[in-house]
Amino acid sequence: MPKVKIPTPLRQYAGGNAEVEVAGSSAGEALGNLVEKHPELRQHLYTGDGKLRSFVNIYKGDEDIRYLDGQDTPVAEEDELSIIPSIAGGR
Amino acid sequence: MKELVNVPPNGQVELSNEEIARYSRHLIMPEVALEGQKKLKAARVLTIGAGGLGAPLAMYLAAAGVGTIGIVDFDVVDESNLQRQIIHGTSDVGRPKLESARETIEDINPNVRVETFNEALSSENALDIFRDFDVIVDGTDNFPTRYLVNDACVLTGKPNVYGSIFRFEGQASVFWAEEGPCYRCLYPEPPPPGLVPSCAEGGVLGILPGAIGVIQATETVKLILGIGEPLIGRLLLYDALGMRFREMKLRKDPKCPICGENRTIHELIDYEEFCGIPQAQAAERENEVPEITVRELKERLDRGEDIKVLDVREPHEYQVANIGAPLIPLNELPERMHELNQNDEIAVHCKTGGRSARAVKLLRDAGFTNVYNVKGGITAWSEEIDPSVPKY
Repeated sequence: MPKVKIPTPLRQYAGGNAEVEVAGSSAGEALGNLVEKHPELRQHLYTGDGKLRSFVNIYKGDEDIRYLDGQDTPVAEEDELSIIPSIAGGR
Repeated sequence: MKELVNVPPNGQVELSNEEIARYSRHLIMPEVALEGQKKLKAARVLTIGAGGLGAPLAMYLAAAGVGTIGIVDFDVVDESNLQRQIIHGTSDVGRPKLESARETIEDINPNVRVETFNEALSSENALDIFRDFDVIVDGTDNFPTRYLVNDACVLTGKPNVYGSIFRFEGQASVFWAEEGPCYRCLYPEPPPPGLVPSCAEGGVLGILPGAIGVIQATETVKLILGIGEPLIGRLLLYDALGMRFREMKLRKDPKCPICGENRTIHELIDYEEFCGIPQAQAAERENEVPEITVRELKERLDRGEDIKVLDVREPHEYQVANIGAPLIPLNELPERMHELNQNDEIAVHCKTGGRSARAVKLLRDAGFTNVYNVKGGITAWSEEIDPSVPKY
């Protein structure tokens, strides 16, 4: 199953996991299954009307899915999706 | 790539014998050599913030021989800074960070000129400050300033050497609109306030800003020397726990509002507004919950009044400091409300008052009528009532 890498700020909403395996043949399907599995993640990834939040970037391998086929980007068994949220810490 | 720093040919930039001895490990490498060292000396680098990222960055740039280092900061050194901000020492607590940073830099390398800006970076001053520098390094700690730094860099054509940290993870890149994507191409919009915790709320491994700050310093030196492959168009991700580096591709967004073809932003805007800060504050005022000050609480407890105190922090925080109140962490409160009596008068505290305000809201929504938020939390208790309670 494709893997989704969870960044530190979101791990508390994903049962503390750094990586979650989810079913799905597209990025959108995999993320949908991810938030089914960990409902607390939903509000951090999606807006109220079900769109991916614009400050959350999803990568397949090292490519931003915005420049592939967005949520329709196909994912295979061995693919790795990464959630890259914006963080601002520096001091 | 555009050459950032030109050494004037008329001998204005020369190295003394002391400098030649100091930089000998640079001078014997053909990639730096005398020409490169002169470029470093002629270079002007501005760091926004003398904190976790700015500290190692400024120290290494000073040691490397960057001629002018500008620092924008208006903070004073606090004990909680010393775990990571190695440019400041224990004896600097309470002093302005600019003073302390200047002293450390001048001790490392007296050939460096330090220019200090004792003010918050704002839409009013950013363009004027940036114009005189070759490279801008972003070591700030909040979204409004990050978008401000980005936009001011795009408008003045300067490279923005970006670094950001949280807990055990860091990000670094070089945003330079003339050569590649900018910060807005990566993150068109900021997260709503409160959704992404800051280091002050979420914590940060003290060594982490060292690693990211030094990556920023490396990129800065490479840009000045014009050597190697800069992190333009690449986002470097560092996971300290897994000790892994990963790299993501960044693309210039043709629809980017500030560096795209049909840009809509032509001047600096109100970044607090853009990041939703005033709106969030207004919403917070609307959701205001009744408060009790630590003094009032102490007086009432001393009078023997029947007021219960509840702590909603995490168990690991409770271990560091507590005032003996029962503990129900905020995220467990919804399931454990039955442990509390609805008719009791309850004062809820956390570290500084944010989480306990949410707890009070939860309790009131569940039908508790006599619940108060302890203003300033255990921090205020330590400051105003009992200094033997450690402040963390």
